[in-house]
Amino acid sequence: MGSEMINRRLTLKSLALGAVSFLAVAAGGAFSAHAENKELKIGFVGVTSGPAAAWGTSNVRSMQTRADWLNETGGVKIGDDTYNITIVTFDDQKDPKRAIAGMEKMAQEGIHYVVGPNVDDGAAAVRPVAESKGIIYFPYAFPKALYAPPASNAVLGMVANYQSGPAIYKYLKENKGVKKVAFIAANESDPLSQRDSGVAAAKELGLEVVAEKDTYQNDTRDFTPVLTPIVQLKPDLLVLSGVAPANAPLLIRAARELGYEGLISAETAQDATVLQEGAGELANGFISVGGASTPEIRTPVMEEFIERYTKKFGEYNDESNTKVYALEYIIETLKANPKAIDNVEEFKKTMDTFSAPNPYAKDSTLKYVGMTSFGQKRQLSVPMVVTEFKDGEFQTLFVGEVD
Amino acid sequence: MEQVIANGLYLGAQYALIALGLTLIFALMNVLNFAHGQMYVLGGFVTYSVYGQLKLPFVVALICSGVTLAVIGALLEKFLFRPVIRRSKREESTMLLAAATAFFLDAVILLLFGEKQRGVPKIISGVFISDRVILPYDRIVVGVVAILMIAAFMLFMQYSKPGRAMRALAQDRVAAQLMGVKVERYSLIGFALGAMLAGVVGGLLVSITGVNSGIGGPISIKAFLMVMIGGAGVVGGAIAGGFILGMMESVGLTVLREYGDVTYLVIFALLMIFLSIRPHGLMGKPWG
Repeated sequence: MGSEMINRRLTLKSLALGAVSFLAVAAGGAFSAHAENKELKIGFVGVTSGPAAAWGTSNVRSMQTRADWLNETGGVKIGDDTYNITIVTFDDQKDPKRAIAGMEKMAQEGIHYVVGPNVDDGAAAVRPVAESKGIIYFPYAFPKALYAPPASNAVLGMVANYQSGPAIYKYLKENKGVKKVAFIAANESDPLSQRDSGVAAAKELGLEVVAEKDTYQNDTRDFTPVLTPIVQLKPDLLVLSGVAPANAPLLIRAARELGYEGLISAETAQDATVLQEGAGELANGFISVGGASTPEIRTPVMEEFIERYTKKFGEYNDESNTKVYALEYIIETLKANPKAIDNVEEFKKTMDTFSAPNPYAKDSTLKYVGMTSFGQKRQLSVPMVVTEFKDGEFQTLFVGEVD
Repeated sequence: MEQVIANGLYLGAQYALIALGLTLIFALMNVLNFAHGQMYVLGGFVTYSVYGQLKLPFVVALICSGVTLAVIGALLEKFLFRPVIRRSKREESTMLLAAATAFFLDAVILLLFGEKQRGVPKIISGVFISDRVILPYDRIVVGVVAILMIAAFMLFMQYSKPGRAMRALAQDRVAAQLMGVKVERYSLIGFALGAMLAGVVGGLLVSITGVNSGIGGPISIKAFLMVMIGGAGVVGGAIAGGFILGMMESVGLTVLREYGDVTYLVIFALLMIFLSIRPHGLMGKPWG
């Protein structure tokens, strides 16, 4: 009986030791496999705190989710080497001075590819640093001067409002009988420039613009006083130019509660949960530009990305439908031309001819566009999905493409 | 015009309530609480969690916001502000501490509640519509509650023992101490009360304007504006400042809309002229 117990203990100990040894070897093997990989640092300089934090946070979280996913599956093979992706982030707090400091930091770390900044003045401010230090950056800002020659280091990461706005107004004019339009924007450079180009596009389409100077402070919490005079003008369409996701539900709710019955639209990406929580059914019918993850065009890879993002951060952000693309473009372009890993001039050469399957949207390819708007390929091609909000979800109105 | 006045009155009631806690803390301790806006935000998020997420009654959520912030306020006073006031004679020491507290709370709120704008279901649906005024019922309720809270606060300060003690402290700290007022005790109660007010207002307004982690700073700035108009450390001044600012904002946004976003430019310019003539604001210090 006693020797039987001892034998059993010995057997159990041996099994335990064996299991531990096996796990150690396996883990060590796995670790060494990953450790053998080189490191490819990709930067992010943008806003991840303050009222506009949602814009940059969705960038960072998209990049981190995708990087973790790629690293988990063995890294990325570029040329003869395999790389683990490391995301280096810098919060510029929407301050151009800090954006410059952030870009300097990226240069010091030897980073050549940076996603961001998220706003016009930040994107313009970092241009000299990016050009002098050999950095290609992917802003979410719309000034054409950043992307048109002689500028060549900035690549627009999304569809600009002067590309989506005319398409939306045309659709609403032809399908919803819109004739009178009112614009309202936050008193900041991005929304104001978006408003101006929106007004120009509306006028070009023959629409009557009944309000084009109304603005609000970006930290406004109650929009009733701002919207009271506009609602009295009874426009068919109220355009919320460059509206931040935090302000959209408040504006919609205030307009509807003041009795506004017309259409409301925006050319910036919004978040369905935020709209639902902040405006509920009052947000039904709100039209905005989304990304490539509406169920109609979404691929299984996009489904998995959303799942991984939600698992990692607890809640998905619909803006990431667009923000997921920048890192993908960087990696795929480097794969297409490994020499570009530390030479942005090689990257630029590749952009002209680059093409790869789009993992996130059906029947779509990754390619650089922008010839019509900028005279050179300095924009990521992402599906321009115009959506209508209904009962907590975005429903696709139409899908377009930028050339 | 009636709509503009209604908007102004509603905004004023909101603003007055926001400014009350700030002016109370200043009156009692001579501390410019830069973290007031962050306390408001925290109160909003507590209500969001309790009412919006846990689906408990709105009143329960408001109580939770008030209690949470009162506890935080008391802890901040006892372990941070009190020792600093004791050790340093320089007034800027507490200002710097308040600013650091604001940054700290900003970071904690972002970490705990994320970057997104949050909102809760309306506490009451429907809109009051007449020929001249449109007001959603929930705004009417919030406006009335705000006015009731202001009245209750003033009665508390006027007639209760702690209220009288705090007023004595605000008028003359040394004299109050000599008269037997327990300075430390009432400073702690005052700070907790100020923080509680910020939390309750944040909770109350989350049903109208929602809340997000980045609005603490702007809320503090607006509260300081009201206090500057009414006079630092004066309850009546904070209320007057709130209503004046609300009305100026409402009228300005209607009358000046053709000229772009100049309403706040005009308000700031008028404030500078006003302060150069009357640096202590409308009602000045001490308690009137």
